[in-house]
Amino acid sequence: MAEAIKYRKERIDRGIKARSDTIYMLSSYRELLYLLLPRILPISFLLLVPLWVGGGYWGKVIFYSCTFALLALSWDLLASVGLISLGQALFFGVGSYVAGGFNYYLKWPIFLTIPVATLGGALICTLLLIPVLRLRGVYFSMVTLILPLLFDHLIETLEILGGTHGLLSLSPFPNHWLADYIAIGAVILCLFGFRRLLHEDYGFVLRGIREDDRVVMAGGINIYWYKAQTIFLSAAVGCFAGALMTHYYQFVGRSAFALDNTILPLAGVVLGGSGNFAGSVLGTFILVPLSEALRALGGLRMALYSLILITALAILPEGLFHYFERKYHQFERLVSV
Amino acid sequence: MPEEVILRVENLTKRFGGVVAVDQVSFELRRGEFLGLIGPNGSGKTTLINLITGFVKPTSGRIYYLNQDITHKPPYHIACLGVARSFQMVRAFHKLPAFKNLIVPLYSPRVRKLGGGKYGERDDMAIDLLDDFGFERDSFVPYKPAGSLPHGYLKRLDLARCMALRPDLLILDELFSGMTMSEVAATLPLIEKFNREGLTIIMVEHRLKELFRVAHRVIVLNFGKKIADGPPKEAMAQEEVQRAYLGTESEG
Repeated sequence: MAEAIKYRKERIDRGIKARSDTIYMLSSYRELLYLLLPRILPISFLLLVPLWVGGGYWGKVIFYSCTFALLALSWDLLASVGLISLGQALFFGVGSYVAGGFNYYLKWPIFLTIPVATLGGALICTLLLIPVLRLRGVYFSMVTLILPLLFDHLIETLEILGGTHGLLSLSPFPNHWLADYIAIGAVILCLFGFRRLLHEDYGFVLRGIREDDRVVMAGGINIYWYKAQTIFLSAAVGCFAGALMTHYYQFVGRSAFALDNTILPLAGVVLGGSGNFAGSVLGTFILVPLSEALRALGGLRMALYSLILITALAILPEGLFHYFERKYHQFERLVSV
Repeated sequence: MPEEVILRVENLTKRFGGVVAVDQVSFELRRGEFLGLIGPNGSGKTTLINLITGFVKPTSGRIYYLNQDITHKPPYHIACLGVARSFQMVRAFHKLPAFKNLIVPLYSPRVRKLGGGKYGERDDMAIDLLDDFGFERDSFVPYKPAGSLPHGYLKRLDLARCMALRPDLLILDELFSGMTMSEVAATLPLIEKFNREGLTIIMVEHRLKELFRVAHRVIVLNFGKKIADGPPKEAMAQEEVQRAYLGTESEG
């Protein structure tokens, strides 16, 4: 037994000496690069990828990934105040129909319908969810799951807003570059904006609400007002994604309220890891292109897709991003015992 | 004493189903008083605190704070009027660094209105405040996640969170439970100092020896009813209080 173990694995934090989240001491370009690389890499990837794939089929996939990434970001923002939503399709659908409706009936131009759909749609969604702000956990989830179904059935039975046929031949984007870069810009803005937001004092209040809302109330803060604000912001992002998609396909139909629009972004969040927004984007940018790439397999596509998702979750339940983040911040080396 | 009445509770009653947790309790509290709230387990002390701070709605009765009816006001509204409370069970934002726990009260409308707590200053304010409660600023303690701190630190964090709200009335629910003797010995003078500086305090406590050192007055509850109200020695001398604490001979 004497010569059993000679080496053991040692993990060392690579971190820069920091007193708190906001104060760094940089002493070399290496450290500067260490800090900046995780920001520069995703931004340059997002900005360059449309140039690389161009338009066509894979261009569509990139656009598609961006809209789902926006929905995933919107989910993650709600989760950061402890609201677990199953209703990203509600935001997506309301945004789609507001943009489509104004464009179809009133002939509003595209650069009016998208902002109106973003703000107006967010307002509609917030007003719908305000009565259930007091609900927590699974009860809130159930309401958000039901609301898109409600809209779907209203449109179907009352035959409003185009009924089962949907609204056709809406205004397109002038060109696909514009659509791509608006979507990509929104993803970058939301990703870094939300990450920043949660490190501001305002964000710490939101995180406090997720952890223990009674303590937040004892601290003199109206949690319902903050939850409503978060829902508005989250809904605005979802509605924006819906409005973009409407004009991209020049069509809006009941599929906007489909369960896919809830489940796919959620799968992305789960794969990438929740709570830091980067995981949501990473997850959707893996899942959406993957599911497209698997199309060639025909019937086996969904089976393989599910298998990949389950395997990833079994190996890395915390999510891909948390894993990469930890590895980035740590050395591992063997040291003699 | 001509001091103004800060809190007036009138015939406050709370029923949970068939149980009367708080039964027709009335009392007045003047500014600067240090009130001990005691009674056997289950006598309604915590419920009374939850009623005053708005976390539980009363079945009947009224509560006035600075002559303002706060009976049906939500907890955050009451907190913003200057009523801070600690929790009996340790409650904290476990995943946040300890000093970030204080951002919530510092960000409240009350503290923002009272001045201080501007953008970018709150971290420093939080660290300054925690320093007074034994979280030394140059150690790692204030920057660690609250969940990784020992129980005694969390209790003091809770107290610091209350003080961050700059309260006029501080309600402490068994602050000392689970603290070591030395932690109690370090915390008690702090609370005494706050009281000397004019803060009105209601303190629920099972450690009577420590409580009687600081409290001017105690209210004894038993089965939700107020059975005694007065200076500690006199209140404890009453026969009913003795019975409540020690039980009658037939029960013994």
